[in-house]
Amino acid sequence: MNSSTFTKIYPKNEPLGDEAKKAVIDTIIEQHMDTPGATMVVLNELQSAIGFISENMQEYVANRLHIPYSRVHGVVSFYSFFTTTPRGKHTVKFCMGTACYVGGTPALIEKTKQLLGVEPGETTKDGNITFEVCRCVGACSQAPVVVIDEDVIGRVRPNKLPQILKPVQDNVE
Amino acid sequence: MKYYRSHVLVCVDPSCLKKGAHDVMDALQDELVAQGLIDEVQVLETSRIGGCDDGPELMVYPEGVHYSSLTPDDMAYLVEEHFLKGRVAQKFVTEEKSFIDEELSAPTSKEIRVVLRNCGKIDPENIEDYLAEDGYQALGKVLTELSPEQVIDEVLRSGLRGRGGAGFPTGKKWQFARSSKGSPKYVICNADEGDPGAFMNRRVIEGDPHAVIEGMIIAAYAIGASQGYVYCRAEYPIAVKTLRIAIEQARNLGLLGKNILGSDFSFDLEVRMGAGAFVCGEETALMASIEGQRGEPRPRPPFPAVKGLFGKPSNINNVETYANIPQIIFRGADWYASMGTEKSKGTKTFALAGDVRHTGLIEIPFGLTLREIVYDVGGGIKDDKKFKAIQTGGPMGGCLPEAYLDLPVDYEALTQAGSMMGSGGLVIMDEETCMVDIARFFMDFTQDESCGKCTPCRVGTRRLLEILERICNGKGEIQDLDTLEQLCSEIKQDSLCGLGQGAPTPVISTLKHFRDEYIEHIVNKRCPAKVCKALIRYEIIDGVCTGCTVCARNCPVNAISGERRTTHVIDPEVCIRCGICMQVCNFNAIEIN
Ligand SMILES: Cc1cc2nc3c(=O)[nH]c(=O)nc-3n(C[C@H](O)[C@H](O)[C@H](O)COP(=O)(O)O)c2cc1C
Ligand code: SF4
Ligand code: SF4
Ligand code: SF4
Ligand code: FES
Repeated sequence: MNSSTFTKIYPKNEPLGDEAKKAVIDTIIEQHMDTPGATMVVLNELQSAIGFISENMQEYVANRLHIPYSRVHGVVSFYSFFTTTPRGKHTVKFCMGTACYVGGTPALIEKTKQLLGVEPGETTKDGNITFEVCRCVGACSQAPVVVIDEDVIGRVRPNKLPQILKPVQDNVE
Repeated sequence: MKYYRSHVLVCVDPSCLKKGAHDVMDALQDELVAQGLIDEVQVLETSRIGGCDDGPELMVYPEGVHYSSLTPDDMAYLVEEHFLKGRVAQKFVTEEKSFIDEELSAPTSKEIRVVLRNCGKIDPENIEDYLAEDGYQALGKVLTELSPEQVIDEVLRSGLRGRGGAGFPTGKKWQFARSSKGSPKYVICNADEGDPGAFMNRRVIEGDPHAVIEGMIIAAYAIGASQGYVYCRAEYPIAVKTLRIAIEQARNLGLLGKNILGSDFSFDLEVRMGAGAFVCGEETALMASIEGQRGEPRPRPPFPAVKGLFGKPSNINNVETYANIPQIIFRGADWYASMGTEKSKGTKTFALAGDVRHTGLIEIPFGLTLREIVYDVGGGIKDDKKFKAIQTGGPMGGCLPEAYLDLPVDYEALTQAGSMMGSGGLVIMDEETCMVDIARFFMDFTQDESCGKCTPCRVGTRRLLEILERICNGKGEIQDLDTLEQLCSEIKQDSLCGLGQGAPTPVISTLKHFRDEYIEHIVNKRCPAKVCKALIRYEIIDGVCTGCTVCARNCPVNAISGERRTTHVIDPEVCIRCGICMQVCNFNAIEIN
């Protein structure tokens, strides 16, 4: 174990610098460190528990799993679900699978750009909503589909978007 | 000002109007007069309150009750119930259609449900439900009556072929894994289902998880494996959760774990999640991913049966392949082989999506024609438009035109036609789809999902995309078609894995079947389907436009101007050709030129 990692002073916003979050991270790592193929399992759980996997977290995982940092980093950068920076409180994801594409997703994206004032891949300035385009979510019979946080909403029409987005736009907390 | 206690909003969109929305409205007014309520209830016209699928429809406020599928004759009852007696007229209330119902309706006469037999019928979170449907009977039979060789023999005789796309005979695959030396051995279920437009595997796992688990246990017994993994894509959180519950329940009943059902056979199962990489559906990439590495394909041979997960002999099959196994063992190989065509036995699930009337899951015996699928099972093209193409096989498959509709669906026939079976996503496209744009769309997908390990795929798909974009933008040249063909054959031949080898198929198939459309784009700078943005213009028709301002309020870039009640105008310099104005205009006053 590389002890210097543990005494490192972390910048603000760094989950490892937050005691509660660090505890969560440690629990996840300890729970899976002996599982074959632990890297993916740990990273997947960190992504969903913390919301992103910072470079410090990648380094920490590498140390605790006794694998090179480059391996962890290589895995994180390969998979599109892993993100290295914090995301908005909410995510609004538009499906760009075949059925949704022919069903009208491109128009929805244009409308959403206007409504949120950001491009796909970006987060609104207040940090509230991350706007994304994704692959087929498997709800093709209801194309076009938007996924807001965990909710799948089908047959979306552009003129319904203001109404659909309002709850997350209002819920800034 | 009058005070109304209720407001009724009647949808008067074109499709509701066609179904008689105005007659319903008139009848409603008459009935309100007759029952003396006309001063209390106001009737207004509106647009798009539901989806017009079940029109005519209306909403009553302040209660917010949504009634649909109405006829003028229903009004007397509705007015009496709702406005006089103050009760919601349940029989017209739009059900909150859940996911499940929309996806899987009652089978049509051409369907046979083997894999989907329990979906929607049993509670997937209760193993007792599965047991009541003869669940785990096949496993019991296998453990008490059959040797591993006999199990493999039965699967061989059933003619079952892999449902993940390539159609390799499942029994043969199991034979290889059984005869392979090494231990431990692994059984893997491929639940990555990355093809856009496909959701059969998700539905099977969410609706009947034990069928997949039972199939995997039987496979493990047949090849001699002690550990199994289900690799499920991260986009399917509910499937992952359902599977975990099912595994736990099976373990509690002694169906997984040590000494299954008191035998000396032990096997356990774990779910692993992907993280959003399409290429991980490829078997060697999938195994690399379970091992905790980047999901890059490896050269084959060695095949997984010899050197698979963690370097050990492994058997990998698709969700649907495993879900067939318990039925094959329980009802016998002969029963299974009695369905389908000579070389493709049994049934196959498909997901119908796109411009077909009934989207959702179907399960049919192999050998039905595409026409039967689209028209008899799928109900034909939506809004009575014309059929243009059917896309089979996902991003590595092709688009087939009308002339191929009488093709019987099996592995060989689809491949010969220049497409492929793939996992079973069928996207139906109507006359308003541009095939050059579709080719560009798929190339955008594969180019983005290429893992980048080998050059023909990484660089080749990017070049294909550039050329296709150029053609869509009206900047193509006629030689581009030869370049496309040349590139396609190189990528196909020289790529390491199925992603690169299959990536050119959408281009090859559209070039073959829709060449005229490419030529129109290149020579006349026209997009016949009116899709490619650089080649079209949205215009408002003077005289038809009522000046209702709806389009102007919905345009995302404020390209539309005009006073209320006067004809509106679109500024082509500002317009980004998103088509929203056309979708929202209730008067069909917008056209594409
Ligand atoms: C790019 C690519 C993606 C694939 N995606 C899947 C998939 O999502 N699901 C699947 O079962 N097979 C997929 N396959 C096929 C698998 O490599 C493998 O052939 C299959 O899982 C074997 O199972 P089967 O014999 O039961 O069909 C894919 C292949 C390639 C080349
Ligand atoms: S063909 Fe494409 S996806 Fe497959 S290994 Fe090569 S670069 Fe990766
Ligand atoms: S074009 Fe249609 S939506 Fe726009 S103002 Fe005219 S009638 Fe209304
Ligand atoms: S096509 Fe889109 S951008 Fe152009 S005028 Fe219509 S709504 Fe506005
Ligand atoms: S294509 Fe959008 S959900 Fe499948």
